[in-house]
Amino acid sequence: MRQDWGYRLAPHRGLLLAVGLFVVMFAMFISHHPAGFSSNVLNTAANKGALLAFVAMAQTLPVLTSGLDLSVGNVFVLTNCLASTVVTGSAEHAALGVVLVLATGLACGALNGAIVVFGRLQPIIATLATGAMYHGVALLLRPEPGGEVHEGFADFMTGSVAGGIPFAMILLVGVVLVIWLPYRLSTLGRAAYAVGSSEQAAYMSGVPVARAKFLAYVLAGLLASIAGLLLTCLTYSGEANALLGGSYTLNSIAAVVLGGTSLYGGSGGAIGSILGAFVLRTIGDLLFVFDMNPLWQPLFLGIVLVVSVGLGSLRLLRIKSRLELYR
Amino acid sequence: MATLTAAAIFRRVDKPVLAAFVFIAVLLAGGRIYSPNFLSADYLLQQLQVASFLGVIATGVMLVVLLGHIDLSIPWVVTIGGMMSTAAAGWSETGSALAIPFAVACGIAIGLVNGFGVAYLRVPSMIFTLGMNAIAQGLMVIHTSGFAPQDHATPAMHFLAVERSILGIPNAVWVWAAIGGATVVVLNRSSFGRRIYAIGNSERAVFLSRVNVNLVVVACFVVSGACSAFAGALLAGYSTKAYQAMGDPYLLPAIAAVVLGGTSILGGRGTYLGTVAGVILVTLLQSILSIVQIPEAGRQITYGAVIIAMLLVYGRGEKVVS
Repeated sequence: MRQDWGYRLAPHRGLLLAVGLFVVMFAMFISHHPAGFSSNVLNTAANKGALLAFVAMAQTLPVLTSGLDLSVGNVFVLTNCLASTVVTGSAEHAALGVVLVLATGLACGALNGAIVVFGRLQPIIATLATGAMYHGVALLLRPEPGGEVHEGFADFMTGSVAGGIPFAMILLVGVVLVIWLPYRLSTLGRAAYAVGSSEQAAYMSGVPVARAKFLAYVLAGLLASIAGLLLTCLTYSGEANALLGGSYTLNSIAAVVLGGTSLYGGSGGAIGSILGAFVLRTIGDLLFVFDMNPLWQPLFLGIVLVVSVGLGSLRLLRIKSRLELYR
Repeated sequence: MATLTAAAIFRRVDKPVLAAFVFIAVLLAGGRIYSPNFLSADYLLQQLQVASFLGVIATGVMLVVLLGHIDLSIPWVVTIGGMMSTAAAGWSETGSALAIPFAVACGIAIGLVNGFGVAYLRVPSMIFTLGMNAIAQGLMVIHTSGFAPQDHATPAMHFLAVERSILGIPNAVWVWAAIGGATVVVLNRSSFGRRIYAIGNSERAVFLSRVNVNLVVVACFVVSGACSAFAGALLAGYSTKAYQAMGDPYLLPAIAAVVLGGTSILGGRGTYLGTVAGVILVTLLQSILSIVQIPEAGRQITYGAVIIAMLLVYGRGEKVVS
């Protein structure tokens, strides 16, 4: 029976490591925070973490198919700029705006998917190029930072509900339940894992390779647009900031890896990426509560990233034949 | 008979490289229609000078891509090159003389760590070099305390990056030609170069041939780091100073140039001539987009769309059939 547990947990080793890391770091953060554990502290941490968590979830889907989406950060910024323009005015107008923002995310994802799947371009270079295009569109929508957002909606999205639970957390859980889990259990979700493990084998087994890959990119666009919407609610404005987009793209890859998803595709999942995102965000907060010089933050982040992915190499010690190291 | 040889020659020429040169001709012709000055020797030499910085960076990127890896630490290694060379110049007289070698040594150090992580720890290059980029950034932010460094470029850096000593051709172009020539010889005429292509095709087969795979991988990352840092020193010489994030605009163009030049991003396939074509193509495209009076937004959209369009013409992957 005990062996059975080990067998079941083995594929989730990366996820469990991320959970452990997050719990330890968040406990340190809360115990050293001057204000202690309050609804406010929790809410701020949740909102900041949720932004990256959504982008990291978006990144997870293409990575599972052994692809990559380097435009997630740009879609995030583009939808931020769009939301600051259309999610305004009356409640009906704002609701229509939200739908438009999510549809734009879907459209961006569909363009990526079409180029990668039907254009047969390498995802890394194709999404690099579409990322530049999305940044251009964002600049078109918002040449100068600014804009506004429906205040009631924004306060609802970023506030907390009864019991002090941040709404961003509920949104995150909701997205997992409504988008990720049904996707994971669907034929196309399973197909995405199969494609990531071996595209040839998947093709020969009659797996719908093209549709699985296409859907992965489309959903990535949708998830990135949810993050863009949340950012607009947090800042009450939009900004076509290329640096922000770039840093979110790169951090999303880091979060995906920290969450135990293999960059070679075929194993892992979006829940790990959410935890990876919160780990990355908590690192920054830890430096703050321990009163360290903020100048050290980029170096500290880099070291944590390199060391934690380096720790994964411990598995090499158990490899019997060196041939297994090479592809 | 004559047509047969022409067909044979056509088959021998790398199609993507040919297509890249055709696109360069189209861009030049398009630019000529827009402005008569576009084809003047002075303007073209200036473009080549700008291209040579990207060319030096792309050389290192290409070696790593040929292995089937990628180096995302380029942006801050370029910045390290610029900042360390100017910092060395600020220390002392000897520091000033050793500015460029010192910058290259720093690039080599980062490349060594990159290579160690990718080859020996078997971490995917994308995430490891990303982490090293963050570390490089962290080191430079601490070095400058977050401000722009106060030191200036040395005369040697200025000489290499800006002046035109021989035949009126910018020295930077000669530097790129020297590095490029050496790369062509290494790639085509040395066992090391052959091993790079072989690893890109099948690392396992190379390992079974009793080649030290890890050593080759480390060497390529070291060259990539050295090239980026050297280009950083040149860029500091070009703009007379180093500044935060000066390498950020070079990562995407360098990768785009390598891929547009017909090198497979999966490794194992590609020629240096293609990379040269890709670098000139990207530089010309950026230059034309900045001359044409459209806002930044339109430029970004066109830039992305043109790259996608070019790749759709000749950079498509094989269809999975079995």
